[in-house]
Amino acid sequence: MSTPIVANPGAGNPPGPPLWLLAEVTYKCPLHCVFCYNPVDFAQTESELSTGDWLRVLREARAAGSVQCGFSGGEPLVRDDLEILVAEAHRLGFYTNLLTSGVGLTAARAAALKAAGLDHVQLSFQDSTKELNDFLSHSKTFDLKRRTADLIKAHDWPMVLNCVMHRLNIDYIEQIIDLAVELGAEYLELANSQYYSWAELNRDNLLPSRAQLERAERITQACRAKYGDKIRIIFVVPDYYETRPKKCMNGWGNVFLTVTPDGTALPCHTAKMIKGIAFPNVRDSSINDIWYQSRAFNFYRGDSWMKDPCRTCPDKEKDLGGCRCQALMLTGDAANADPVCDKSPHHQRVLEAVAYAQVPDAERVTVKPLVFRDPKNSRALTV
Amino acid sequence: MSAAPGDAMADVPVAMDLQACPRVAKLFKLQWEEVQKSWVLLYPEGMVKLNGSAGEIMSRLDGATSIAALVAKLEQQFQTTGLQTDVLNFLALAQRHGWVKL
Repeated sequence: MSTPIVANPGAGNPPGPPLWLLAEVTYKCPLHCVFCYNPVDFAQTESELSTGDWLRVLREARAAGSVQCGFSGGEPLVRDDLEILVAEAHRLGFYTNLLTSGVGLTAARAAALKAAGLDHVQLSFQDSTKELNDFLSHSKTFDLKRRTADLIKAHDWPMVLNCVMHRLNIDYIEQIIDLAVELGAEYLELANSQYYSWAELNRDNLLPSRAQLERAERITQACRAKYGDKIRIIFVVPDYYETRPKKCMNGWGNVFLTVTPDGTALPCHTAKMIKGIAFPNVRDSSINDIWYQSRAFNFYRGDSWMKDPCRTCPDKEKDLGGCRCQALMLTGDAANADPVCDKSPHHQRVLEAVAYAQVPDAERVTVKPLVFRDPKNSRALTV
Repeated sequence: MSAAPGDAMADVPVAMDLQACPRVAKLFKLQWEEVQKSWVLLYPEGMVKLNGSAGEIMSRLDGATSIAALVAKLEQQFQTTGLQTDVLNFLALAQRHGWVKL
């Protein structure tokens, strides 16, 4: 999900349409990735939206101006009505994207999705090294991903390969790039893990050292030169290494609308962690009301909510103060500046994590075990 | 991202075969968006919003109409002359972005 969609021109007052609809159709997933951004308490989700609910969400979002629809999760292929949802999204005029681990994409389902009008498949890889891939995703999925990539090519879908990068796999970046080329991917997203949810729990194990990052960037540059137009490689460094924050989601309630498996509508994948805001549910409100009228979607729109240093910062429109969730996690208040910014009085929190990332694994005194994203750990961590 | 015909290259002559028949590249889906009142190009997880003139040109590409015929059509429809340079400049830009194939 890192290719940016164009920002609404003149964002702010009144807001433009929710151009991007992310339909997280289920939290069920055969993988157990240690960097998953799904909420740590996902196992508490009781009832998933029905097929009928999702069809209504698609119609309402399209009428409100959504153009991109991503089917995500969890693993969206776990839902056996995915083809029905894709067909309706296609009929409505959405550009339809399937964000998948590839598990469950049989030849029959691929053909059905093609017939339903699916426009694009983004396939996630953990790493190109079979052993590490299986370790990081905690399942035997690597061979399957190769077969899935072949299916994607056979159905003539543009293929984006996505590999979340981190301390444990970043040293294999050259093998990952070579594999993406071999599989015929048009785009390769090598985005470093962002530290939310499960990735935040595992941050010390996942944040790469500066030397690792510099090496990875050098190799990426060399591969771009080597492969030219054959593949477009996008490399994103962890924002902990920046001194100015990202313009998260292109602004709160600006282009992006996530609907979670239970129907909660969010301005970003992880916003539900902000407990002070009651997020609306598509079972109770229309997409139009949620986007334009709800208190939640207006909460951090514009800049009137900002505190210092953001309020008086000349760059405030450039980054809108960064990420609300990151501000909450690292400072305790979502309205603070994202502490990635070196103007934040809490920037030290980020510097401490970065300093620890420079300590070689062998020299670390306490080693926290990796926490895999699965229902058992989810329940254990939610009390 | 939006595109304006002739942007930043108005004076650069573009070498392009006027008999070529451009089409929208396979990776992109071109459609009119009523809510945005504009033509947009959709591609994996992204969108390019086209300005008025870019939309008028792109929406007429069908892989069968030559550039020369396209220019004539536009000049007739908008009752003007001398559009060839603007059209060629835009097509060159669109080709560089991979939006059209000649």
